[in-house]
Amino acid sequence: MSQTQQTVREDGIIASVSGPVVSARDLDARMNDVVYVGDEGLMGEVIEIEGDITTIQVYEETSGVAPGEPVENTGDPLTVDLGPGLLDTIYDGVQRPLDVLEDKMGSPYLDRGVDAPGIELDEKWEFVPEVVEGDAVEPGDVLGVVEETVTIDHKVMVPPDVEGGEITEIKSGSYTVTEPIATLDNGEEITMRQEWPVREARPSETKMTPRTPLVSGQRILDGLFPIAKGGTAAIPGPFGSGKTVTQHSLAKFADADIIIYVGCGERGNEMTEVIDDFPELEDPSTGNPLMARTSLIANTSNMPVAARESCVYTGITIAEFYRDMGYDVALMADSTSRWAEAMREISSRLEEMPGEEGYPAYLSARLSEFYERAGAFENINGTEGTISAIGAVSPPGGDFSEPVTQNTLRIVKTFWALDADLAERRHFPAINWNESYSLYKEQLDPWFQENVDPEWPDERQWAVDVLDEEGELQEIVQLVGKDALPEDQQLTLEVASYLKEAYLQQNAFNPNDMYCSPEKTFTMLTTIHHFNDEAFQALEAGVPVEEIIDIDAAPRLNRMAVQDDWKEYMADLRDDIQAQMRELY
Amino acid sequence: MKEYQTISEISGPLVFAEVDEPIGYDEIVEIETPEGETLRGQVLESTDGVVAIQVFEGTTGIDKNASVRFLGETMKMPVTEDLLGRVLDGSGQPIDGGPEIVPDERHDIVGAAINPYSREYPEEFIQTGVSAVDGMNTLVRGQKLPIFSGSGLPHNDLALQIARQATVPEEATDEGEDGSEFAVIFGAMGITAEEANEFMDDFERTGALERSVVFMNLADDPAVERTVTPRMALTTAEYLAFEKGYHVLVILTDMTNYCEALREIGAAREEVPGRRGYPGYMYTDLAQLYERAGRIKGREGSVTQIPILTMPGDDDTHPIPDLTGYITEGQIMMDRDLNSQGVQPPVNVLPSLSRLMDDGIGEGLTRADHADISDQMYAAYAEGEDLRDLVNIVGREALSERDNKYLDFADRFEAEFVDQGYDTDRSIDETVEIGWDLLSEFPKEELNRIDEELIEEHYREETEEEVTAD
Repeated sequence: MSQTQQTVREDGIIASVSGPVVSARDLDARMNDVVYVGDEGLMGEVIEIEGDITTIQVYEETSGVAPGEPVENTGDPLTVDLGPGLLDTIYDGVQRPLDVLEDKMGSPYLDRGVDAPGIELDEKWEFVPEVVEGDAVEPGDVLGVVEETVTIDHKVMVPPDVEGGEITEIKSGSYTVTEPIATLDNGEEITMRQEWPVREARPSETKMTPRTPLVSGQRILDGLFPIAKGGTAAIPGPFGSGKTVTQHSLAKFADADIIIYVGCGERGNEMTEVIDDFPELEDPSTGNPLMARTSLIANTSNMPVAARESCVYTGITIAEFYRDMGYDVALMADSTSRWAEAMREISSRLEEMPGEEGYPAYLSARLSEFYERAGAFENINGTEGTISAIGAVSPPGGDFSEPVTQNTLRIVKTFWALDADLAERRHFPAINWNESYSLYKEQLDPWFQENVDPEWPDERQWAVDVLDEEGELQEIVQLVGKDALPEDQQLTLEVASYLKEAYLQQNAFNPNDMYCSPEKTFTMLTTIHHFNDEAFQALEAGVPVEEIIDIDAAPRLNRMAVQDDWKEYMADLRDDIQAQMRELY
Repeated sequence: MKEYQTISEISGPLVFAEVDEPIGYDEIVEIETPEGETLRGQVLESTDGVVAIQVFEGTTGIDKNASVRFLGETMKMPVTEDLLGRVLDGSGQPIDGGPEIVPDERHDIVGAAINPYSREYPEEFIQTGVSAVDGMNTLVRGQKLPIFSGSGLPHNDLALQIARQATVPEEATDEGEDGSEFAVIFGAMGITAEEANEFMDDFERTGALERSVVFMNLADDPAVERTVTPRMALTTAEYLAFEKGYHVLVILTDMTNYCEALREIGAAREEVPGRRGYPGYMYTDLAQLYERAGRIKGREGSVTQIPILTMPGDDDTHPIPDLTGYITEGQIMMDRDLNSQGVQPPVNVLPSLSRLMDDGIGEGLTRADHADISDQMYAAYAEGEDLRDLVNIVGREALSERDNKYLDFADRFEAEFVDQGYDTDRSIDETVEIGWDLLSEFPKEELNRIDEELIEEHYREETEEEVTAD
């Protein structure tokens, strides 16, 4: 958290304590001010003011805190520190770096009352100016660059809340984030560090229509339900259906410049897996370690509930900061349901009138506020940056009609529905192709046509049609059995089963299959299409369906994804399919 | 320490008392009834005039003249290695007639969260000797893997079998059999005396008791005490694991009773209820228990949890199993149909899951073919299950030869792979080999989830098949 100069307003004393909600008397505070509670100085935020009673949600455990202890007001809202050093770091929900906390607390357990700055204050960064003295700068303008990680050049910008003016002094060389690197003619000094209140969106010029896909390397996503850079997506699913694995795959392989991964109320071991894996894994576009473009925010389910409420805001504010530099940022929030439940928990402790299923009436407003901070933007400095927001949703009992799922679906434009049934038969990613949708398809088609193949939309439509038909046929099969179907429909079922087995499934643990480029995605689909065309030709020529589906080459379709040299494999396979089919007639 | 005789209200498990000094949230309280009985409780809400106290033993016998003492500290568990072999009640008092416990340390029972940065990722395979677990839903050290069961299903037998047989095979060779044995912490919440006896008899019979600590809150013990029992158990587990280097297996049963107790307290406090009357903070509360499993960098031991819960109405969308499933790393699902068919243990592998399996198995950990075999069996069993529905309508004769193979597979999978009895301890090799026996009934082309080289290496050719098939 920020080390703000303490513009202390009037302090108060604790009147009552109930779990994470503490009320204080005689505290002179504004809404959302950050306060330090009790003798231990636990961090909290003002969430309600009524008469001389101020209600505070506390971001740490409150065991042992007693009425009569002091409450100290910082006079500032909850902010994050922004500057070089955000990447390759893991934070808790209020931007305290977890490695620093471990050091400071000298224990593997999270102790209370320990604060740490969000970015390292003593570390020196090599600042290379891009402006000269005498240049006029405005808020948002880039003053210079530091190499933050091997992958990312961090652009040092004029903070949006600074007036701007003519540069009277610009430095070059090694500085910490608190030393001024530029001075303006109105006397303002600019450092590499900015602070920004998390609940407020950073300013931008305009919002644009996104037209580039966020290529995820996941066949079913890129191929059938693509998301745009600057788009929003929801992944709802019951437990065990693979939300987290999908989010991890996206964080690993999506072609964004910056990844912000918010683990909101999820499992500790899962976050550890990310912390262990990401430094080892390579960024598919640059070959550098994945952590070099990633910032993690981990507020596991057993960490204080109020910090869970704030962690998505911390994440999106950091995302906006990199967007301002002109980067494509992808933010994964796993899971937004936990965030909503944290709101519910706090709301019920405040004894607010509950809305649907006990959630506060402002649930929908908060969700849309959050997703609206995503998008393709023209920044105030003229650059273009995007934030793609992908939220996992954990509906109770897997029932999508519950308030969080429904309110999210009203906002997001891509819906990846996870399906317990598919997960049970270990069909992963367990994304249901009948229920999922993407409203970006049409606006992204030109990109795919230009960069992959002009046939992209037609091939996709073919696949969708086959899968649709299969869905209908399966209902009949359930009643009469497969053999009772006419031959052409049996063949359609066979083709659909290759689509499902070979194309839609993807093994997140196989090195050749975990990432699938759009070219490979397309080629795999056309190979199955090729099989389809050859098979139907053979059928028309009078070959019995049993013989068609029995050709030796057919099962090799299932192994397309895992080949080292997929191009050659698929080219051979097409030839073999053609040859073997034509031998039959 | 000040004593108050200022009780203003008694309601269900709660007592409200007026105070004239600040009392800390969560602080421990002793209430002495006029009959001289001492009851213990905990501060649930503290304002500067009135405190709400939750009484563990129930409020029977308390009247307005009872005296209230605030101990000035939060609930602590006295911990020592000597706890091994002891039987305690639900709030940590010995009930086995043994000597007083002399604690080495006293730990706060509300454990602090483990810093995710300090965790070590769990990936050491635990061999439970149960094929449905080892082969299909592998347990690893530091995992929390609940058993989702229903009333009348033999979840206790499975839990006991795991507690008895669990070893880490790799270490058994290095350090001898003892090195990889688990210390077992057993936390019983509201189970019947009969069930408790079943556990105790088994612990005594197998000699497991000397490496166990037992916490007993029985069905007729106060319900509110159930909210501290698992915290006592887990505090002991953390101490033994992370300070004394034990590998600890914690069995908590029955989490459903724990959640009922939470609901009871919530209702008494007139809180706004969440789903089905359970408190809105139940997710957070459960997470604070389950997340205490794990491993820590630089520490020897580990805490592995097997919570047991009975799903009301066998409904896995009920809030208790639902919230649990979102926190734990998978679940083992017991199945009523399999149970009535006499399958032991009646584990339905399809809805079961172990999230940490992928990193805990494979070459060097279990076997190189483990993951593929398990995947293939999942897919084949799921297809067999689907076909069973169809057979009911069209009959077996109407199905193709291929479909019949899947039906046979599903039957044999249940009879030979899952059903093994509670006394059979299968090594992972045996488990995987049975998998090959069953899968070799299919032609090689059907095994599309298995690497081709592995098929070449392990697939039973015709001649061998005759020998293995019974």
